[in-house]
Amino acid sequence: MNSDAPSSSSGAAGSADPATPRRNSKRPKYSKFTQQELPACKPILTPRWVISSFMLVSIIFIPIGLASLFASKDVVEIVDRYDTECVPPGSRNDKVKYIQSSTNNNCTRRLMVKKDMDHPIYVYYQLDNFYQNHRRYVKSRSDPQLKDEKDENEISDCKPEDDINGKPIVPCGLIAWSMFNDTYSFSRTNQSLKINKKGISWKSDREHKFGKKVFPKNFQNSTFIGGAKLNSSIPLSEQEDLIVWMRTAALPTFRKLYGKIEVDLKKGDFIDVLLENNYNTYSFNGKKKLVLSTTSWLGGKNNFIGIAYLTVGGLCFLLAMAFTIIYLVKPRRLGDPSYLSWNMNPGGRLTS
Amino acid sequence: MAKGKIRSKLRSSLYTFSCTSTPNKAAEAEELQGSVYSRLVYCNEPHQLSYNSNSTSTTKYNIVTFIPIALFEQFNRVANVYFLIAAILSVTPYGPYDPFSAIAPLAFVVGLSMVKELIEDWQRFLQDWKVNMRPAQVYTGHGIFESRPWKKIMVGDIVKVEKDKFFPADLLLLSSNYDDGICYVETMNLDGETNLKVKRALEITMDLDEDNSFREFKATIKCEAPNPSLYTFEGELEYNKKTYSLDPIQILLRDSKLRNTSYVYGVVIFTGHDTKVMQNSTKSPSKRSRVEKQMDQIIYILFSLLVIISIMSSVGFAYLTKFDMPDWWYLHAPDDKNLYNPQKPYLSGLYHLITALILYGYLIPISLYVSIEIVKVLQASFINRDMHMYHEDTDTPALARTSNLNEELGQVDTILSDKTGTLTCNQMDFLKCSIAGISYGQRPSEVELAAVKKMSMDFDAEDHDFSSAVSGFEEEGNAETEGTSNNQDHGRQIKGFSFEDKRLTGACWWKLPKPEIHYIFFRILAVCHTAIPEENEEGDGYDYEAESPDEGAFLVAAKEFGFEFCKRTQGSIFVREADPSSEEPVEREFKILNILDFTSKRKRMSAIVRDEKGEIFLFCKGADAIIFDRLSEDGRTFEKATKKHLSDYGEAGLRTLVFAYKKLEEADYNEWNNEFQNAKNSDSSNKDEMLEDLSDKIEKELNLVGASAVEDKLQQGVPQCIDSLAQAGLKIWVLTGDKMETAINIGFSCSLLREEMQQICISIKDEQEHDAEQDIKSDISKQIMSGTQKMKQEEDPHAAYALIIDGKALNFALDDELKHQFLHLAVSCASVICCRVSPKQKALVVRLVKEGTGKTTLAIGDGANDVGMIQEADIGIGISGVEGMQAVMSSDFAIAQFRYLERLLVVHGHWFYKRIAQMICYFFYKNIAFGLTLFYYEICTAFSGNAVYDDWYMILYNVAATSLPVMTLGVLEQDVSAEVCLEFPALYQQGPKNLFFGWYRIIGWICNGVYTSFIIFFFNILTLYTEAYRVEGQTPDMSIMGATMFTCIVCAVNTQIALSLSHFTRIQHIFIWGSIVVWFLFLIIYGAAVPETSTGSYQIFLETLAPSPLFWITILLVVIACNLPYFMHISFQRSFSPMDHHIIQEIKYYRKDVTDRHMWRREKRKGRHEAKIGFSARVDAKIRHLKGRIQKRGAVMAGQEML
Repeated sequence: MNSDAPSSSSGAAGSADPATPRRNSKRPKYSKFTQQELPACKPILTPRWVISSFMLVSIIFIPIGLASLFASKDVVEIVDRYDTECVPPGSRNDKVKYIQSSTNNNCTRRLMVKKDMDHPIYVYYQLDNFYQNHRRYVKSRSDPQLKDEKDENEISDCKPEDDINGKPIVPCGLIAWSMFNDTYSFSRTNQSLKINKKGISWKSDREHKFGKKVFPKNFQNSTFIGGAKLNSSIPLSEQEDLIVWMRTAALPTFRKLYGKIEVDLKKGDFIDVLLENNYNTYSFNGKKKLVLSTTSWLGGKNNFIGIAYLTVGGLCFLLAMAFTIIYLVKPRRLGDPSYLSWNMNPGGRLTS
Repeated sequence: MAKGKIRSKLRSSLYTFSCTSTPNKAAEAEELQGSVYSRLVYCNEPHQLSYNSNSTSTTKYNIVTFIPIALFEQFNRVANVYFLIAAILSVTPYGPYDPFSAIAPLAFVVGLSMVKELIEDWQRFLQDWKVNMRPAQVYTGHGIFESRPWKKIMVGDIVKVEKDKFFPADLLLLSSNYDDGICYVETMNLDGETNLKVKRALEITMDLDEDNSFREFKATIKCEAPNPSLYTFEGELEYNKKTYSLDPIQILLRDSKLRNTSYVYGVVIFTGHDTKVMQNSTKSPSKRSRVEKQMDQIIYILFSLLVIISIMSSVGFAYLTKFDMPDWWYLHAPDDKNLYNPQKPYLSGLYHLITALILYGYLIPISLYVSIEIVKVLQASFINRDMHMYHEDTDTPALARTSNLNEELGQVDTILSDKTGTLTCNQMDFLKCSIAGISYGQRPSEVELAAVKKMSMDFDAEDHDFSSAVSGFEEEGNAETEGTSNNQDHGRQIKGFSFEDKRLTGACWWKLPKPEIHYIFFRILAVCHTAIPEENEEGDGYDYEAESPDEGAFLVAAKEFGFEFCKRTQGSIFVREADPSSEEPVEREFKILNILDFTSKRKRMSAIVRDEKGEIFLFCKGADAIIFDRLSEDGRTFEKATKKHLSDYGEAGLRTLVFAYKKLEEADYNEWNNEFQNAKNSDSSNKDEMLEDLSDKIEKELNLVGASAVEDKLQQGVPQCIDSLAQAGLKIWVLTGDKMETAINIGFSCSLLREEMQQICISIKDEQEHDAEQDIKSDISKQIMSGTQKMKQEEDPHAAYALIIDGKALNFALDDELKHQFLHLAVSCASVICCRVSPKQKALVVRLVKEGTGKTTLAIGDGANDVGMIQEADIGIGISGVEGMQAVMSSDFAIAQFRYLERLLVVHGHWFYKRIAQMICYFFYKNIAFGLTLFYYEICTAFSGNAVYDDWYMILYNVAATSLPVMTLGVLEQDVSAEVCLEFPALYQQGPKNLFFGWYRIIGWICNGVYTSFIIFFFNILTLYTEAYRVEGQTPDMSIMGATMFTCIVCAVNTQIALSLSHFTRIQHIFIWGSIVVWFLFLIIYGAAVPETSTGSYQIFLETLAPSPLFWITILLVVIACNLPYFMHISFQRSFSPMDHHIIQEIKYYRKDVTDRHMWRREKRKGRHEAKIGFSARVDAKIRHLKGRIQKRGAVMAGQEML
C-alpha cells in the first residue's frame, strides 16, 4: 500500500498478527470476514469484456436460433377446424341446441397431406377459449381419490361434481366431468389407419397418479352430463384420455394428445376422418381443431423460439459491432483519471 | 487519615474567597415549618417506607410484555399489517392459494424480527444488570458497613462512598473525611462539566464521620418529590428535634463521582428511577434512516400498483362472470358461495378483489424488512468488530447500539461535535514557553506536525520547480516527524509534559542569558496555583490535584525544570528547587499571603508570597491582553518578542498564558492587605466588587516574565480526522460549554480555524447584558446581517469565514425570528463554533440544522450534556471508553475516539449506504418481476385468481430462492476497498447526494422489473404455446409452464444480481449460484414426494423438464433477454459516463496506482473535496501565499534585470 495513506485509522492495522502479546478482553477477533477483507474477485466491465460478451451471446444464439427454426420447419402439421363444418347447415343457427339434443353427430372430414410425414404422427385435438386454467376448474379434482381406491371419499374439493345421492363419484370434480369426448377414426384410401392410444400420457401419471385399482364409479350419472363417459371396468391408470385431460392446460387455447398414427404418410395422401362431434364448445364459441403433427427434437411446430434466438443473437451482434466502433472512434482509456468528476469539470468540484 | 484532615482544612480555606456564603441557615429553616414536602425519608431506617427500588431498567420489554409489545411493533409496519390481513383472509375461501403459503412467510419474517428484538433487549438487560450489581457500602447497623449491590439500596440507607466511586443514588451528604464536611464531585456524566464541584454537608452532621457514629443516628428528611431538575433541591432535615433546610449543595447525585475526597457518608433520598439523572433521561426516540423513509414511499407506490391491478382484475372478473361465465358450462356456475355467480357479478367481483389483493401481494417484498434487518445486524457487527475502530488503551471496540441507521452514516452532511472529551482528551501538555523573549520548546504541536506531514506529501505531487522552493520546509518537517516518533518509542512519556528543549531540561538554565528571569518564571509555575500535591503510588514523586488541567501541566513542568512543588500547608508552599551551586535540591518555603482567584471575568490569577528572604512578590498569570495592559513601563522589555511568540503559539493551536511578577514593598503590601482583609470580612452587599477593585489595584505595574504554551491535548488523530471529513465534504460544527477563548483555541488546533480566516463573532457585550431583550435581539440581528453582508461582498474565492457565537447570543439567534437568518449565515461559513452552550441549546442547534437544511446531521459527544443533541440528531454518536455512559446510552453508535468517526463514515457509512440502496432497489426489482407475471397470467385465466405456480414455489421465492444473494449484496458488496475510501474521501459525497437511491435510479430498477416480468411471461407463453413439448408429442400443461417460468425467474434475477455486484467473494458465488442450484434441487426433491403432496410437480423435473431441450433453451433465452438491457446500461455507463468509483476500480484493476504513483498521488490530492477547514486548507492557503511571494520575487528580479 502507499506509505502516505492517511494514517489516522491505520493504528491497529498490524494487529492481524496472532502473536500480539497484549490480551484484551474486548478486542475484536481478527477474521477476514469481520474485517471485510475476504479475498474477492473484482471483475471490471472492460470494453473487451463487453464486446466479447455480446459476441459470445450472438455466436451461441444465432446457431441455436437457426437450429430451432430448421427443427420447426421440419415439422409437418395438418390443422383442421371442424366445429362449424361438423354441424349440419340447418342447425348452424343454434349449434348449442344441436350439440345438446342430437344423438348422431357423425361427421367426416378429408385432410390432405401436403408433405411427407414420418411416423409417429401425433393426433391432437385443440380447443379454444376453454378456460381449463380457471381457478374454479383447476381446483375441482381429488388427487388422492385418483390414486388410491381407499380414498374414494376424499371429494371435498370436487364440488359440485362430488357425489351423487351421497355416493362418491370416481373420478370426481369438474375436470373429469367435463372430459373431451369427440372421437376420431382415420382411414387412408378406405384403408383404416390404426390409432395408437397407448403412451399418450406422461409415464409418471399412469404409474403413480392414477391408481391401477381405481375404477370409475357413479361417473356421469347425474342429470347434467358434462363430457365423456368412462368404461367402469378399466382402471383409471389405463384410461389415458382421462389422464391427458386431467393435466390442465396453462392457457385457454390448448392441444391435447389424442393418439398416434404409427405409419408414414406421403405427400398427396388424403386422410378421411370419421369423427363424432359430441363435445360442446358451441356455448362459449370455442373452436375445435383436429391436428396431425410430426415432432422434432424441439417438439412441435413453433417458430417463435428460433426467431427470438435470432433476434437476440442479432441484436447482440449489432451491439458488439456498435461498441467496437465506438471504442475505435472514441476510446476511453480505462482508468483514465481525466474522467474523474473533479477532472471533468475542474471549475466546480464534486459538490460545488 | 491525619494527612487528609490537614489538607482538607487547607483546601477549604482556599475556597473562602469564592465561596462566601456559609450554609448555616438553621434558624431560618425553623420558620419554614408546615411546608408541603411530599417525600419523607427516615434516615437509617430504610424499611420504614417503601419507595422505588434502586435497580434501574432501560429494557423495552419484560417477560410478560415481550410478546404483545413486540408483536404490536411489528405490525406497526404497513407492509406487515397487509401481510397479516392477507394471511387471515387466505384462510377463507377467497384465498387464491393454500393458507400455509401466506402464513408461513409472515410467521418467519415476524418471528425473525422478534428474535432480533429479543437479543437486543437482552443486551440492554445485561447492561442494566451490570449497573445494578455494582457494589456499594451500606450501613447495616452496629457500626458496620457492608458491600451490597446497588439495586438493594433503599431510601433511608446510609451509604459510604469512597474516592473515585460513583454515587449509587441521590444522597444527602452527611460528612466527609474533611473536617468541614466538604467533598469534591465530578459531574461530567450529568452536565459534561469537567471542573470539580464542591459539596458541603450541614454543619450539624459534619461530625458523623466514622463508621461508628451511625449507631444512634436518627433523622428525618422531608423533601420535594422526584423531579428532573439537576440544580435545585428543596427539603429539610429534622435532626435532634431541630429542623435544618437543605440546599442543592448537600445533594450528591447518582452517576456523579467522588473526587479528591477519601470518603463521604450520605443518606439515600432518591433511588432508581426517582433519581434526578434517571428522571432526566428521556426515552431515546426511535430514528429511521432517510433511505428507509424513501423506501416506505416506494412501498406505497407498489401498494397503489397492487390496488390498481387488483381492481383491474376484479373488474375484468366481474365482467367475464356476468357475460361469459354462463356460457362456460364446464364451470358449473354458480357455486354456493357466490364466488362465481353470474347473477351476482358485483358480489363475486368484490370477493375476487380480496383474492387479487392477496395474490398480487408478491409485488410487496415481504422479506424486505426482515432481510434488511438481518443485513443491518450483520453490518453492525462489522462495526463492532472492526479492529481499526478498536481502542487499545481503553479496551473499547466500536459499538453499533442500533442497526437502524447504518446507511444513514453514508449520507451525513453536518457533524456537530462536542469539544471536551470528544475532540480533546481534557489533558493539557506543557509544550513551549517563552522566557525573557526567548522561545523554548522544539517539539511541534500536533497541528504543526500534521500540517507539515500533509505539506510534504502534497509537494511530492506538485510540480518539481515549486517543490524545490519549499524543500527546506519539508526537510525540517521530516526531521521533526522523525524526532517525535523516536521520542515516542524510547523517551519516557510524562503526562502533562511534552516539552523538549535541552537548554531548559538539562538543569543548566542558569547558564542562559538573564537567568534571574528564568528563575522567576519557574517560581511562578511552581507557586502561583491552588493545587495540592499527593505522593504517587510508587512514592517517588507527586501527583497534583489541580482545579484545571492547565495548572497540573504547569506543576509537572515546574517539576521537570527542577522546581518540584512538594508540600502545601495552611499558609505555605514548599518547593524543592534545584540549586546551581549544589547537587541536591533545596527545599524552600513560600508563605502564601493572598491568593487572588481566577475567574472568567478577571482572566488572571495572582499569588502574593513571601520568600525565605522575606521579600514579597506578586506572581501573576493570565490572558495575554489582560497582562499586557498591566505591565509597568520597565517591565515591557520582552513585550515585542513575547507577543510574536504568542502569535506563533496561537497559530500552532496552543493555549497560552502570560506570566508577570512584581516585587512589593512591605509597607505598600501591608496597607493594601489591611484594606483587603477589611473588605473580605465586611458584610456589605458589594463585597465582591470591593474585592475586585482591590485586586485590580495591586495587580498593576507588573514586569513581564514570559509566556507558556500548553497544548490542550487533542485526542489522537483528531486533526487528521477533521481534515479527512472536511475533504469528504462534511461540515463540522463545534458546540461546547467552554469559554469562547478556549473554544477558539481548540478551533485553531483542530484547524477548524486558521489565521487567514475571517471570524464573525456574535456575542452580547457585557455592558449590554441588562438591556431590554428587544434591543439585544436587534443587535444580534444586526451582527448576523453584517456578517452575511460581508460574505456577500467577498471576492476572493479562497476566503473563508468562521462563525463564533456565544451561548447567550445563541439564545436569541435560535429565536424563531432570527433562526433562519442565523442558519443562513452559519451554513455559508466554513466552520461554526458555538461556545458556552447549554445542553438544551445543543439540541436546539441540532434541530435547527436538521430541520433548516433538511440534510442529515450527526451529533457526537461524550457527556450527559450531549445527550440532548445526540438524541435530536439524525445520528447520535457517543464517545465510549470514558467512564460516563450517559452519552453512549443514548447514542446510536459508540466509538472510543473521535478519529474513528472517519472510518465509521467514510468507509462503513459509504459501504452501508450503497449496499442498502442497491439492496432495496434489487428487492423491488425482483418482486415486481415476479409479481407482475402473476397478473399477466391472471388475464389468461379469465381473471379467476389462479396462479400458474405451485404454492410452494411462491413460498420459496422470497424465502429461499432469491433472498440470500441479495443479503450477501447487502453485507459484502464493496465498490472500492476501505483504503481507497479513505484515500478518496470525496467518494463519500455519493451518499449525501443520494446518487444511489434517487428516484431516477429507483424508477430505473422498477422499469427493469417490469421489463423482466414481460420477457419472462411472454417468452414462456410463446414458446410453450400449444405445440408438442418434446419429441414424444405431449403438450405442455400448467405445471410445466409454471415450473419453466419460475425457473426462468430464479435464474434471471440471480444473474441480474451477479451482474450488479462488483465484489465477488466465495460467499457471493456460493449464494448466488447456490440459490439456482437449490431451486433445481428443490424441484427434484419436491417432485420425488408422493403425488398427493407434489400434485402437478410430481416428478416434473426429472421426467418432464430436464430431458426436454426446449426447457433449457427457453431458460437460456429468457435469462439473456432479461439481462440484456441492464448489461447494456452498465456497459454504456462505464464507457461514456463513468462514475468516480468506476474509474478508481479500473485504476486499481490495472494496478495503475502502483505503476503510475505520480498520477495516483495527484488524483488523491485533487480528489479531495475543496475544504475550507482542516490543515489541508491551511496548507493550501500557505502554498498560495508562498506562490504569491515567489511570483512577486520573480517580478522584482525580472524588473532588476530589465534595469
